Amino acid sequence: MTTRPMTFVQASAAALEEALAIDPTVVMFGEDMADDTGGGVFGVSAGLSTKYGDRVRSTPISEQAIMGAAVGAAVAGLRPVVEIMLMNFMGIAMDQFVNHASKLRFMSGGQTPVPLTVRTATGAGFQQAAQHSDMLEAWFGHVAGCKVVTASNPADAKGLLLSCIFDDDPCIFIENTLLYFGPGAVPGEAPPPGHRVPLGKANVVREGSDVTVVSYGRQVIDAITVVDRLAEEGLSVELIDLRTIMPFDERTVLESVAKTKRAVVVHEAVKRCGVGAEVSSRIHEELFGELAKPVLRVGARTSPVPYSAVLEQAYLPQAPQIEAAIRAVTA
Amino acid sequence: MPDRPTLRRMYELMTTIKQCDERFRSMIAAGEIGFLHFPVRGQEVVAAALGVTLRHDDYLVTNYRGMHDSIAKGVSLGELWAEYLGKATGTCKGKGGPMHITDRKSGVMVTTGVVGSGTVIANGLAYASQLRQDGRVTAVTFGDGATSIGAFHEALNLAKTWNLPVVFLCQNNLYAEKTAYSKFQTTPTIGERASAYGLPGVTVDGNDALAIHDALQTAVEHARSGRGPYLVEAMTYRFFGHYFGDPMTYQSATEREAAIAADPVPRYRQWLIQLGHATEGELVAMDDAAKLLIDDAVEFALNSPDPDLAELDLDVYAAEVAA
Ligand SMILES: Cc1ncc(C[n+]2csc(CCOP(=O)(O)OP(=O)(O)O)c2C)c(N)n1
Ligand SMILES: [Mg+2]
Repeated sequence: MTTRPMTFVQASAAALEEALAIDPTVVMFGEDMADDTGGGVFGVSAGLSTKYGDRVRSTPISEQAIMGAAVGAAVAGLRPVVEIMLMNFMGIAMDQFVNHASKLRFMSGGQTPVPLTVRTATGAGFQQAAQHSDMLEAWFGHVAGCKVVTASNPADAKGLLLSCIFDDDPCIFIENTLLYFGPGAVPGEAPPPGHRVPLGKANVVREGSDVTVVSYGRQVIDAITVVDRLAEEGLSVELIDLRTIMPFDERTVLESVAKTKRAVVVHEAVKRCGVGAEVSSRIHEELFGELAKPVLRVGARTSPVPYSAVLEQAYLPQAPQIEAAIRAVTA
Repeated sequence: MPDRPTLRRMYELMTTIKQCDERFRSMIAAGEIGFLHFPVRGQEVVAAALGVTLRHDDYLVTNYRGMHDSIAKGVSLGELWAEYLGKATGTCKGKGGPMHITDRKSGVMVTTGVVGSGTVIANGLAYASQLRQDGRVTAVTFGDGATSIGAFHEALNLAKTWNLPVVFLCQNNLYAEKTAYSKFQTTPTIGERASAYGLPGVTVDGNDALAIHDALQTAVEHARSGRGPYLVEAMTYRFFGHYFGDPMTYQSATEREAAIAADPVPRYRQWLIQLGHATEGELVAMDDAAKLLIDDAVEFALNSPDPDLAELDLDVYAAEVAA
């Protein structure tokens, strides 16, 4: 089979197009999204409003109104896919997403599911400083009723975004700025048409027996480099890409660590109170007696994302920290 | 009509802002510095009028497109440039960057990268002044797009309810990123929205120095004299799109060309000469002096050290805590 390359932007665009094509209840809105306002600030939605008319709309700069309208539309039976340009701006839509989208199914005794999807970009490494770069997945991981998803390659991005759109719960799909638009935006292999990646199912990227590394998003790419290098030294690392960050695939993680007895959790977000804390806790709770070493976490420092390039690089967890943690836990 | 020194000071600010923006863009284009810049070229006049209207100790809240506002409020050019370059000598030690300039010395209290968020913060600053009776006015600047955010409406309502000394200055440059003002605005002007909250609001030509100066002076006096908040909408235009490098495919080239042809800075310069407020020679001297200041600022910034890595753990809390 011949393969063709696909970028992350093309992957999200393809998922949106496919969703609009197969289901007339799918609608989209966000700032600058329609073609008469630029086709999306990063071009992901280019062409869609021309093709699908009123189902793809631009909004004013009104995150609360965007999220609230998505909640209402979802309650009325549509599948809204909204774009919150950058994840930090979720702060403005927080009431609608947390107090309403995530809880209405429960509060109504199951009468009003809210099948909406939020696409939002973020990630440090671009000198965008403290209000445009945060990885905030842990905020939402703490809220019962919503799902948080991200991809480490374009094929997964397409398959996961489609699964989010057709999932019956509110989902946040994080599009890493560097992978989508930055120098790290390396194309991957395009998946076959109709490809879906199920939510709640992690991917074992590398099989190994000495130690388990659990990660997601951009750090999977860093981890692959480290893991492959360590393989040459004879260290066998099992690398798991969570794909659905929360609720995460506990089974795949626990089975792996039961085998390797050692684990490192890696993410870009601030380590303190991050997703790594939850993953590590679950491993300790289930496998405490079997662990050869306590689980280690790699994450950003407890600091807002700094502007200066030197500070930003020191803030971000990178390959050397991942390698050091793997060595420490296997020493 | 402002007095002669004020008229001339406005020109000094305009030429400094214009040249700073030009220098910034040329350095990015040459690859000497590489990061996002939100150009202010075309909006110099509004900022210059604000700069000469506010007192040095008045508070200012601005946003990511705030180079002009910061310069007009009196931030030291060297520290400003050092912050743009992420250096230890910057206004914020290189930690905040161009979208987050804070410089207490000159009254630039908050620069936000989140659209509309400054409006509500301005109320708090003004409330402090009201309590302390320190006579300060707080000015907050924001774009046309920002008026779609709930915060803007809440801010106007609270400001009037508490009768706060705030001047809300909307710099309407006709676009919010790629979306034209006409596509998200349902009333003819933003200025008239003030009446919905019971405060005075005006819409003026922000590229006409006398008109915008007059409007801001009225607004600032109104706020300072205890009569409460005021909304000023200044009509203007951004010459270089949302960010430098923006292909601007969403806007008409003729519209932009017409705006550039009516460049407010040379227009004001010409007016000064015609009315005898300054001679060509004096204005050239002002242009040259601004250029020298910028040369020095850029050199200072380029020669400044990067922040120490220890800075990552400092200023997160009042006292350092373990990362
Ligand atoms: C709450 C929020 N939503 C979206 C953005 C992304 N964004 C940055 S600038 C901008 C346009 C703002 O337009 P306007 O208020 O007119 O100001 P201008 O940039 O024209 O000066 C947008 C949408 C943001 N920074 N904050
Ligand atoms: Mg604007």
